[in-house]
Amino acid sequence: MNSELRIRTPEGIAFAYQLAGPVARCMSWSIDLVVVLVLGMTVNTVLAKFGIISPDLASALMTVSYFVITIAYGVCTEWVWRGQTVGKRIMRLRVMDAQGLRLQFHQILMRNLLRFADLLPGCYLVGGAAMVLSRRAQRLGDLAANTVVVHIAKHAEPDLDQLLAGKFNSFRQFPHLEARLRQRASPDEARLALQALVRRDHLEPEARVRLFGELAAHFKTLVAFPPDAVESLPAEQYLRNVVETIFRPRTGVEGKVGAVPAEAV
Amino acid sequence: MIIDLPRFIAAERPSWTELETTLDRLQAQPDRQVALDEAQRFHLLYQKVSADLGRIATFASEPELRRYLEALTARAYAEIHETRERGRRFRPARWFFAEFPRVFRRHVGAFHVSWIITLVGVLFGGFAVMLDDEAKEAVMPAMFANHLGDPAKRVAAEESSAGDRGAGGHSTFASQLMVNNIGVSIKAAALGLTYGLGTIVLLFYNGVILGLVAIDYVLAGQSVFLAGWLLPHGVIEIPAILIAGQCGLVLGKALIGHGDRAPLTARLRAIGPDLATLIGGVAVMLVWAGLVESFLSQYHQPVIPYAVKIAFGCVELAVLSWFLGSGRAKDGAPGAAEVRA
Repeated sequence: MNSELRIRTPEGIAFAYQLAGPVARCMSWSIDLVVVLVLGMTVNTVLAKFGIISPDLASALMTVSYFVITIAYGVCTEWVWRGQTVGKRIMRLRVMDAQGLRLQFHQILMRNLLRFADLLPGCYLVGGAAMVLSRRAQRLGDLAANTVVVHIAKHAEPDLDQLLAGKFNSFRQFPHLEARLRQRASPDEARLALQALVRRDHLEPEARVRLFGELAAHFKTLVAFPPDAVESLPAEQYLRNVVETIFRPRTGVEGKVGAVPAEAV
Repeated sequence: MIIDLPRFIAAERPSWTELETTLDRLQAQPDRQVALDEAQRFHLLYQKVSADLGRIATFASEPELRRYLEALTARAYAEIHETRERGRRFRPARWFFAEFPRVFRRHVGAFHVSWIITLVGVLFGGFAVMLDDEAKEAVMPAMFANHLGDPAKRVAAEESSAGDRGAGGHSTFASQLMVNNIGVSIKAAALGLTYGLGTIVLLFYNGVILGLVAIDYVLAGQSVFLAGWLLPHGVIEIPAILIAGQCGLVLGKALIGHGDRAPLTARLRAIGPDLATLIGGVAVMLVWAGLVESFLSQYHQPVIPYAVKIAFGCVELAVLSWFLGSGRAKDGAPGAAEVRA
């Protein structure tokens, strides 16, 4: 089972989606199960009022409504919310076309109706096994409908001002080296350094010193700043300088680019 | 690659905003026709954003910008490279009266296999009840326990209760029948995922039960009662289950892919809309069958003469045959709509 679905467009651009694993999907399904039960009970409570007029009609409506809710819940929510149910929204998951194309109604219908085969012989055993064995973590319904379930990454950026403000950055004396650092640090490396600082207080002191030391050593291999600017600099401060250099808004760049679209993953 | 980021953003941002607006418009109005110049502009914007993403992809200092451009490219990619027909406004009458029979005919071979498997089951069940008195008890599920006794006694009991035997419970009974039968149909279609084997077993088993009950009544000399009881709802219900089996077999065939050189995903993509249409049509048929079974089939002579019930069933069968077989000449090439997928 791969952890991500990589799509390469004919234009040569690649982007990746993080595939949802069995545990996240199981939790999402459990939430949906509770929602369906609550919905069913609520509708039945309302329909029971019809029993005063006709007990037969009330009973019939209750039978049909529960069946319809069970089937239609997944189909309607995934269609209206573009691949999400309540459980998927809470777990930050989304159903999408396996080729990255537009999700079609028949795909949503098929993956929900074919859920029956995934449930066999009980407790989603077939679906779970299919997910573990599948290259794209697909249950049988997903395979037939050509859909995948992906994680939606969080886009909330940390408060960089609070994190980086008030600290002197000795790197600023060397703008050409700063530019080289920005150029050579990959997005993943930059994110790693940032996250290490953000989570500073959650780390044990020894682990923190070791982690910051390793990260600082790594960034030193990317760009060599003059010794007099960095020789007395602790690893943590070196890392702060690196992050500040990379993430510091520059003139003309401060404005937000725009809200990240809903489909962003 | 070193780029002047402020200038880059200032120059390209209008294109990104325009593309995002276009995408929002397309997704808000999926059935809107796009003019040629608008489509060309959309394609140009997509290429520009793709190129921008290519330029920014390795630039570490703007992860937010990169994610934004990735998401924008992914959305535009889904629209540009989607070759399937854009979702049109759903018209229930057109879908049921035109699309459903057309799709049925497109996969009529699977329907023939479906009824042949069921017929084999019927013959097996028939022979079983003829040769072994205990066959009914051994095979019949608990929900059909009322058919385990002597058919002649059941007929006598049904005919002697001239009043409304189901008084006050017709709607409930009808709803239970619909729910049960639609559930069975979904199972028959879903079991196509077992390369069609599960569907075949289910169709065969349904046939066995039908054969057991039908031949048991025939052997007891109750053929007229059987026809009057089964025909009004059975001529719709049984074909509906067969069409559900047709769904499962179409799905199984696509999974096996015998004689089709297209990859698995392309085969499944091609049949997806058809399966959805067929299973939707089956659900409509079973709602009708449930109503008929509850409000008509349970009334026997002398309340409703058997001749009337049999005639009603025959008319239904004729209408259904015409409905599913009509418009043959208007059909395009099989799967024409799906080839583009």
